[in-house]
Amino acid sequence: MGSPIGIIVTRLLGAIPLLLAVTALTFVLIALAPGDVAQAILGPDATPAAYDQLREQLGLNLPLHEQYWGWLTGVLHGDVGTSLYNGESVSHAIAQRLPVTLSLMVGALIVSLVVGVALGMASAVRRGAFGRAIDMFALIGFAVPSFWLGAQLIVLFAVQLGWFPATGYVPLGVDSGEWARSLALPVAALAFGGIAAIAKQSRDAFLDALAQPFVSVALANGVSIGSILFRHVLKVASLRITTILGLQALTLLGGTVVVENVFSLPGLGTLAANATSRGDVPMIQGIVLYYAFMVVAVNLLVDIVYAWLNPRVRAA
Amino acid sequence: MIATLRRPAGALCLTYILVLTVIAVLAPILLPDVAMQQAGDLRITNAPPSSSHPLGTDTLGRDVLDRLLVGTRVTLVGLVIAVSCALAIGVPLGLLAGYTRGVVDRVVGWIADLAFAMPTIIIIFVVLTIFPHNMVAAMITLGLLLSPTLIRVVRSATLVVREELYIDAAKAAGLSAPYILSRHVLPRILGPIIVQASLVCGVALIVQTALAFLELVVPNPQPSWGGMIADGLRVLQTNAWLVIPPGLTVTVTILVFGLLGDVIRDTSSAAWSPAPQLMPKQRGDLGAPAQSTEETAGSALLSVRSLAVTLPRDGVPVRVLHDVSFSLDEGEVVALVGESGCGKTMTARSIVGLLPSGGELTHGAVVYRGRDLAALSRKERHALRGKAIAWVSQEPMVSLTPVFRVGWQIAEGVRRHQGTSRTEAWRRAVDLLGEVGLPDPEAVARRYPHELSGGMAQRVSIARALAGDPDVLIADEPTTALDVTLQAEILALLRRLQEQRGMALLLVTHDWGVVADIADRVVVMYAGEVVERADVDDIFESPCHPYTRGLIASDPHHDPDAERLPFIGGVVPRPEDWPAGCHFSDRCDFSIAACTDRAVPLLHLTDHREARCIRTDIFEEAPA
Ligand code: SF4
Repeated sequence: MGSPIGIIVTRLLGAIPLLLAVTALTFVLIALAPGDVAQAILGPDATPAAYDQLREQLGLNLPLHEQYWGWLTGVLHGDVGTSLYNGESVSHAIAQRLPVTLSLMVGALIVSLVVGVALGMASAVRRGAFGRAIDMFALIGFAVPSFWLGAQLIVLFAVQLGWFPATGYVPLGVDSGEWARSLALPVAALAFGGIAAIAKQSRDAFLDALAQPFVSVALANGVSIGSILFRHVLKVASLRITTILGLQALTLLGGTVVVENVFSLPGLGTLAANATSRGDVPMIQGIVLYYAFMVVAVNLLVDIVYAWLNPRVRAA
Repeated sequence: MIATLRRPAGALCLTYILVLTVIAVLAPILLPDVAMQQAGDLRITNAPPSSSHPLGTDTLGRDVLDRLLVGTRVTLVGLVIAVSCALAIGVPLGLLAGYTRGVVDRVVGWIADLAFAMPTIIIIFVVLTIFPHNMVAAMITLGLLLSPTLIRVVRSATLVVREELYIDAAKAAGLSAPYILSRHVLPRILGPIIVQASLVCGVALIVQTALAFLELVVPNPQPSWGGMIADGLRVLQTNAWLVIPPGLTVTVTILVFGLLGDVIRDTSSAAWSPAPQLMPKQRGDLGAPAQSTEETAGSALLSVRSLAVTLPRDGVPVRVLHDVSFSLDEGEVVALVGESGCGKTMTARSIVGLLPSGGELTHGAVVYRGRDLAALSRKERHALRGKAIAWVSQEPMVSLTPVFRVGWQIAEGVRRHQGTSRTEAWRRAVDLLGEVGLPDPEAVARRYPHELSGGMAQRVSIARALAGDPDVLIADEPTTALDVTLQAEILALLRRLQEQRGMALLLVTHDWGVVADIADRVVVMYAGEVVERADVDDIFESPCHPYTRGLIASDPHHDPDAERLPFIGGVVPRPEDWPAGCHFSDRCDFSIAACTDRAVPLLHLTDHREARCIRTDIFEEAPA
């Protein structure tokens, strides 16, 4: 199972319980709820006959496990259900909004990675006050809520300086320049916490790598400082940074939900918040499924990158 | 907790939390109208701070400070629910998993992994879809989803405590598992639990305010911190002030929980230590002049002249080497011998200028081909490493970078020192692997360090040290980590390479068998000083210094790990405890009053023979 394919297959098989557990949990929660979807659609004044008819139509009179099975087979056939709110196909609604969320998350991840690792490395090499500054920065990055930071960025860069639009989204296909401009502030708001967390954790990873004997042996044999830092130490530390990055990606995924709402970006997060406040059960079920898929995808990517970087896993 | 309170930052954090709690309890009682207030004075909407409204008014003319105070309760209630829920699940399950291990541990671990991978905020959305505006349900869900982090922390802390003896004693005394866990284990692991709990508090606060911001948990017009940020965001273009008070309150509160966690962790464990020093400063960088030419002149290839080195101990520099001198001629093998802690490795590291963090060469010179290395700039000195003087360390398995092919690592040295192309460097690397006696060097070059045995790894390390075609090879206990048959092979290899290449070899060792096998001359060190220098035959025939005598008599060759020498009582004193006068006086059978009077110099005895002892005459009639 050492080949990349083997790792992918093992991971995907391992992801099945997670996907089943998340979606089944959603069903159980919904069954526990007082009232049901039919009631939500018809409102309190509906006749019992109409109510029973709708229940049957929606399959709500079936036992829970049959309802779940029905939904699951639907999903396997590509049918994730229909919105209660406006009758839109759930998979269609999600597909339209997925690129927004992915652009935001991937953008924030790249910015956090590049800036965070650079700061972490600088702090590991320079030591002293700069090292402690990173600890403080990490604390602040954890404490400043992304939605509030977003508001401050809007005030400064959109309202006062007018460099970027305050809200809204321009699709990549329409105008790539405007697309980047519309994402700049949301990415910055989301990435701030990521940068701080990655800077601190990668600093620790670099310090551990620097303290290992191979560094002093390479030095003693005249390997250049540049190569020791940017090849040897960076590659050894990158193993831990990959794991850190995976966890950070999941945090950022959660963060997109709030940040999209601040900047009125038409992504999965605004869709989810709207579906939640409207009680749109099929929509939220579909969104849960997509988020679970994204978690699986992130973990899979982390495993592949880790195996690619680490000869021990690759060859084992 | 007491220790935390003693730190100003910790006391400040706890005071802040206490004040916040008081506000959460009292504000809604003292300001009963605020919670249901739909609108305030509509004539003064969006007012800036003033004496009657210290934080101004919002879009509906309501007082911002009042709303902030009243909104504290709902925020803290949400936080307390989530944290108690996470603790109620995380602590018992973590204790159980860590204490019983086996099946329970695996099941708990599996469930924790599963919960860990759940998209937290979306699961909370599902709950809020079904229980609209139900903050209690949302925060219980959050607590459930955060409990895995506590399970992990508690489990690993329990595993450690479990191994301790008195738990075994409690078990043997027939105490029940719940009793042991609550009375003996739990009190011991409170530290990590509180650290993790304060982190969970921070996360819960973020999620609570985010949900309130999205207006999913606190129905209008009831005030909440997150909701107030949402109100402010709507009028951001015209009134940038309104988001500031609630935003700062949230930030500061989360900061307090984060800081509290850090303070508790710092008081219960060792603080962060600074980075190892990558390249210590050189005297040449400081503009200090080289030692006088008279002192640095000489015919030897490499000579160490009255070296003194200090290392910081608790911030105070302590002298660990004192007056260390010896030399190495072209093509010569010199052994640097002594017990562990005598300063032989420190001496070798001073030669290549790689002292441990904070170490400083305070006196003396390392002269290579007439140049004082200690007086060069960092850059000039680094250029000589590997090319003039190369290094083989005592732990072959960890001296190679684990993530690169060994051939690449050797080729990197070849490229650096000989400036060849990549393909040429790789070919040279394969040649070098052949030269160090590895069969099928092509295949070995493509391996990673973990795919080598200890003996192979040491051959590879030697090949890498040869990449710069050095004049001097320093081998620091090159055979210590290997088993006996491999030791002989590596030693034979070093001797062959040294002869074929005409290279000088400085061998650091504690093993007299190695000395007898390979060395031309011997330098014996004790407690930071050279105590005897002699040709190898002389030293075995008639050791002049009582320490050398004891070392050879006890012959640790047969017991390489021997810390104590059967013929010499005691151990090497730590640098702080060096006796006055002769460093060996407290272990020496021949010590007299004069030995501790003043420092003993290295005394010239005959050609090539010196010893740091005032009573060498006593051995003249009685060979060892
Ligand atoms: S100087 Fe005195 S104490 Fe030191 S080794 Fe010689 S005899 Fe022993």
